[in-house]
Amino acid sequence: MAAPLLTVENLRVSFPTHTGRVEVVKGLSFTLGRERLGIVGESGSGKSMTGRSILKLIRKPGEVTADMLEFDGVDILSQSEKQMRAIRGARISMVMQDPKFSLNPVMTVGEQIAEALVTHQKLPRRDVQARIIEMLHAVRINDPERVAKLYPHEVSGGMGQRIMIAMMLIPEPELLIADEPTSALDVSVQAQVLDIIDELVRNKGMGLILISHDLNLVSRYCDRILVMNGGRVVEECAAGQLENAQHPYTRGLLAAMPVINETRDELPVLDRTQWAGT
Amino acid sequence: MAIDQQSATPEPAPGAASRRIVRGFSTGGGFVLTLFLTFLGLLAITFFIGRVIPIDPVLAVVGDRATQEQYDVAKIAMGLDQPLWMQFISYVGNVFTGDLGMSVSTGRPVIEDLSRFFPATFEMATLGILIGCAIGIPLGVTAAARQGSWLDQAIRVVGLLGYSVPAFWLGLVGLALFYARLRWVGGPGRLDIFYDGLVEPVTGMILIDSLLRGEIDIFWNAVSHIILPAAVLGFFSLAYIARMTRSFMLDQLSQEFVTTARVKGVPERVVIWRHAFNPIRVPLITVIGLSYAGLLEGSVMIETVFSWPGIGNYLTTALLNADMNAVLGATLVIGAVFIVINKISDVLYRVLDPRAR
Amino acid sequence: MSTRDWLLADSPTSRLQANVGRAYRVFTALMRNPLSVLGGAIILVLLLTAAFAPWIAPYSAVGQDLANRLMPPSAAHWMGTDELGRDIFSRVVWGSQITLTIVLLVALISAPLGLLIGAIAGYFGGWVDRILMGFTDIFLSLPKLILALAFVAALGPGINNAIIAIAITSWPAYARIARAETLTIRNAEYIQAVQLAGGGPIRLIVQHVLPLCTSSMIIRVTLDMAGVILTAAGLGFIGLGAQPPLPEWGAMISRGRTFILDQWWVATMPGFAIIIVSLGFCFLGDGLRDVLDPKSEGKN
Repeated sequence: MAAPLLTVENLRVSFPTHTGRVEVVKGLSFTLGRERLGIVGESGSGKSMTGRSILKLIRKPGEVTADMLEFDGVDILSQSEKQMRAIRGARISMVMQDPKFSLNPVMTVGEQIAEALVTHQKLPRRDVQARIIEMLHAVRINDPERVAKLYPHEVSGGMGQRIMIAMMLIPEPELLIADEPTSALDVSVQAQVLDIIDELVRNKGMGLILISHDLNLVSRYCDRILVMNGGRVVEECAAGQLENAQHPYTRGLLAAMPVINETRDELPVLDRTQWAGT
Repeated sequence: MAIDQQSATPEPAPGAASRRIVRGFSTGGGFVLTLFLTFLGLLAITFFIGRVIPIDPVLAVVGDRATQEQYDVAKIAMGLDQPLWMQFISYVGNVFTGDLGMSVSTGRPVIEDLSRFFPATFEMATLGILIGCAIGIPLGVTAAARQGSWLDQAIRVVGLLGYSVPAFWLGLVGLALFYARLRWVGGPGRLDIFYDGLVEPVTGMILIDSLLRGEIDIFWNAVSHIILPAAVLGFFSLAYIARMTRSFMLDQLSQEFVTTARVKGVPERVVIWRHAFNPIRVPLITVIGLSYAGLLEGSVMIETVFSWPGIGNYLTTALLNADMNAVLGATLVIGAVFIVINKISDVLYRVLDPRAR
Repeated sequence: MSTRDWLLADSPTSRLQANVGRAYRVFTALMRNPLSVLGGAIILVLLLTAAFAPWIAPYSAVGQDLANRLMPPSAAHWMGTDELGRDIFSRVVWGSQITLTIVLLVALISAPLGLLIGAIAGYFGGWVDRILMGFTDIFLSLPKLILALAFVAALGPGINNAIIAIAITSWPAYARIARAETLTIRNAEYIQAVQLAGGGPIRLIVQHVLPLCTSSMIIRVTLDMAGVILTAAGLGFIGLGAQPPLPEWGAMISRGRTFILDQWWVATMPGFAIIIVSLGFCFLGDGLRDVLDPKSEGKN
């Protein structure tokens, strides 16, 4: 493999509380090429914080440290806020969970997408418009001219998330972080949205970090999987090798996955005592 | 005090409040109806204050040296021999035809007095709210953008001072300092004495009238007189507006779409003003409306201190002379303006927010 | 078990322990916020000053000394003397009793009144709710100070009437809060349980609904106290509140108005007392809100 796109070594994120600083990410390390990496974990396992610290979006009083946090040879932690702005959007982008909250309610869809583009490239107005229409097409929106004029509350959740993807991919970044991109959506449109992300990422040869609590979904769309628990990586394996996972937490998660045509007397429960203290 | 401080303090999200009200009148007719009902409530209260609380309203008018005959004539003239509900109906009828009774102290119809005094109050309160917005909004935005910094703390204390400083005291101290000691501003009144009466009133607002007549000297003299009382009023609306702006902004800055904007690489200044501030413009209008209405109220104190010939001064003079017609008339006018501004800012909310359209 | 452990126990064994424990937690949380500590200290000083005014004030509040009129602040008269030679510091100290009386009486009249009206409206709903809240809304949409002025004008000047007028104009806000709280708990299952057990409306409202409104009520009342002080001082300033020679702070400022240009201290000093006490209530109210109502944390 060529030089990795992203190298993370011993990443730690902590927040102050009444009882002292609490680490939510405790020494995370991984590397990423132009591939699709899945990060799986339950709520509070630190997976979202990992995504945000790559974009240096953790604001005070939160604190991020790492032995190494390098994106394409750039040391993220030493970048100034201004330098970071040149990276955010243009080179690393992020799709967030719920389009209901992640789209600005008082700007039209078109304005918001345009903003993502013109922040990084100075283009004549007509070209901007053409790029927006083209991008909306790419996320399978049929009548982009109309949709661009709508406000976010006027579109459905699935459409909102596709708009979000269009907005995040229009400056053609090299790495996309998708933070629970489908958890807020109806089951019926989840696959569609992920297919779109998948297709665009592959076509443009981008790196993808898919953050989710859904092991099944991640194993379907990713090449490699990190399983996180309590701020640490407990398992790292290729998507195909998931059945061979060793760690009791991963095994527990796998056991909890429902299988069609099966009847269970009792639903399995994670027995956390097995890895407590790791 | 200056602003309606008690109800202003922890105002629930104006969004929620106005949405509640908006649901009440989804049609223009419904709006007029609520306005009418509120106004009727105001009339009921002033009627109650004027006719029911005083043990003998007739005595209050004719004085205790009147003969029994004069007393009876006055009683019938005031319609007090009628049952209470009849009195109320004729009171409402009178008010709607513009008859607020005669003022005992000026000897003129109250409505005439009020229309003469109103422009001065309007001029001062408007300048006050402009000052309040021009300073309060940026302060609130800055405080929210730097939450927890010393600047935020300082702005917070300024905000709380707005709830703790008596307006009349601030006015007095201002006069002592900027007028008596430093000579930076003009003293009490709207103009220096030798300019008084030189400008024929057109709008009744001297700043505008003097410009219309091309009297630049008078204009600047009027500015030097109005700036201090307007600034004192402005301070109170500033405190309230800054506090509310900060709270709205904090709400917005914690929203996901602000993170989205940062992810896009948008400069922080744009994040704050375009993404966080734009959505709060509409609720801010409600806040500014409330604050403006509060200033009309606050001007009562300020006008007393600055001998400003406005409605507040008229009201306090009437209060001290027990001139009830004038008191109730002024209360009615201030109350009505208060209600109308409140309701209008509620409606604006609905018209301006794309989500509510 | 140490006292602290007993106070902070996760599963208190008695109602007393639960209540005391909660009070302790609120107290420690308040102590962490410097501004609310300051606010609490100011209120404490106010209480002590009012209680021990005869011992604290170096001079009488009303004793005149025309030889020493309008003296600037000095070692003998910390805040100077007024136009009748009365010591302003002593008058400010005595005035704290008046301020405290006004504040307490207004709170004692308007808070229970608003609480009761709001709880009844929320509990019964329907037309009772509509009439009571319609009334409340009309009061809320009117300017408070002006209403208070008009009431005092009709009732006649004086401190008692000022208190009544302020109380009359401040209950509606409490009614709104109490109604909102009542609505959220009206359909709770434990309320239905009490109903099933035969609890009538009076018992329900008094024993189960009202206690739940207290914390939001305490916050609101504390925050409102600053406004009450200012309104009372305003009435005193206009000459409709406390009458001379009572050392009410607003009335003192009014007397000092005549001398503001040359003897600034006469009007200025009582103003500082008003500001400090009002700020104290604001700080404490702000802190209480952060502690008791975490939902609104960081707001306002």
